[in-house]
Amino acid sequence: MDTAATKRDWPLWEVFIRSRGGLSHKHVGSVHAPDPELAIRHARDVYTRRMEGVSLWVVRSSDIVASDPAQAGEMFEPAESKVYRHPTFYDIPDIVKHI
Amino acid sequence: MYTTELSKSDIGMKSDRTKSGPVAVEDAALLDAFEARVAADEFIEPKDWMPEAYRRTLVRQISQHAHSEIVGMLPEGAWLTRAPSLRRKAVLLAKVQDEAGHGLYLYCAAETLGTSREQMTEALNAGKAKYSTIFNYPTLTWADIGAIGWLVDGAAIMNQVPLQRTSYGPYARAMVRVCKEESFHQRQGYEIMMAMANGTPAQREMAQDALNRWWWPSLMMFGPPDENSPNTAQSMRWRIKRDTNDELRQKFVDITVPQATYLGLTVPDADLTWNDETGRHDYGAIDWEEFYAVVRGEGPVAKERMKARREAWAEGAWVREAAQAYEAKRAARLAA
Ligand SMILES: [Fe+2]
Ligand SMILES: [Fe+2]
Repeated sequence: MDTAATKRDWPLWEVFIRSRGGLSHKHVGSVHAPDPELAIRHARDVYTRRMEGVSLWVVRSSDIVASDPAQAGEMFEPAESKVYRHPTFYDIPDIVKHI
Repeated sequence: MYTTELSKSDIGMKSDRTKSGPVAVEDAALLDAFEARVAADEFIEPKDWMPEAYRRTLVRQISQHAHSEIVGMLPEGAWLTRAPSLRRKAVLLAKVQDEAGHGLYLYCAAETLGTSREQMTEALNAGKAKYSTIFNYPTLTWADIGAIGWLVDGAAIMNQVPLQRTSYGPYARAMVRVCKEESFHQRQGYEIMMAMANGTPAQREMAQDALNRWWWPSLMMFGPPDENSPNTAQSMRWRIKRDTNDELRQKFVDITVPQATYLGLTVPDADLTWNDETGRHDYGAIDWEEFYAVVRGEGPVAKERMKARREAWAEGAWVREAAQAYEAKRAARLAA
């Protein structure tokens, strides 16, 4: 992807929006921009035309480290086999309350 | 707006990976696993393994869709300075701005497949990329703005709603955002048509004339008839497409005819009748020669549209250069 042609594109930024106070920022898409300030402005114009948020984060896409989907099986297997981490794993008689 | 798959060959949309990557013989086991995931209505994400033909088809479809949103701003943009009231002007401006947004969501979705924004922009400006045939018709009167919102955005909605469940995750998510925004586009258009249809005799005539000119091109927006759409079967199997062109076209006719009746306008089709047996409308033959001519770039204002795009790109060059120079300066300062 590092051809001369793609280098002429402005860098790509991933956009995250906090839709209202109390909620986490959530990924909504991406924008191209030459610098962080313009990335925020572009993100506002592209992703918040209808009061979608009260706060924006932008992160250079190239700075995101992702897990490998091909390895998803092994990666998340430890959680899958440990059902005893869930409360429903334990049998408690109905007569016992507030537990 | 939207585009249907207009061409069987790849037009100027080379994915880097397909052209220069070490293309191994695709592992049959990977292909089976992929097809099983798609058949189970799972979403495919950018880094997942996918057949090259799936990638190519998506790059073509999504980029054509993006180009349609961008070129689609032109026929309406022409009326921004001539809107009949401040309210209409503000509304039209908001709609046109939405279409720019749609183009950007879609370009980003296409980029996740390994094509670049630059490549897509270049293909469009060089006249090598396709976009929806509908935008190569002129907007002659204010009633055309009503007809476009009502019919063109209406047809776009009909096509885009099922694409919210298309198998490629980034495309599906872009469609969810787009669909949320399209409804206002159609309603503002219909509101214009209501005002014109209930206005002076001259306004009423303009409304009818707009319907006359936009009706058939709107039906063509759904793409060639199923028997001439050889890619449909594969695209449906891969859940890139969820309905055939003819199914969507029929739905559109059934929904839109009563809306025309409410306006007191006549759909320009002498063969249009209600069919009691099928519970649907029968409609007249579509002039597919006209459609293919427009696809070939012979639409009434095709040259004008391309010229406008190229000029806009050239005239915006100084802004792009200034932004880049500013960033270079900032980076240099940070480094010092
Ligand atoms: Fe749109
Ligand atoms: Fe629209």
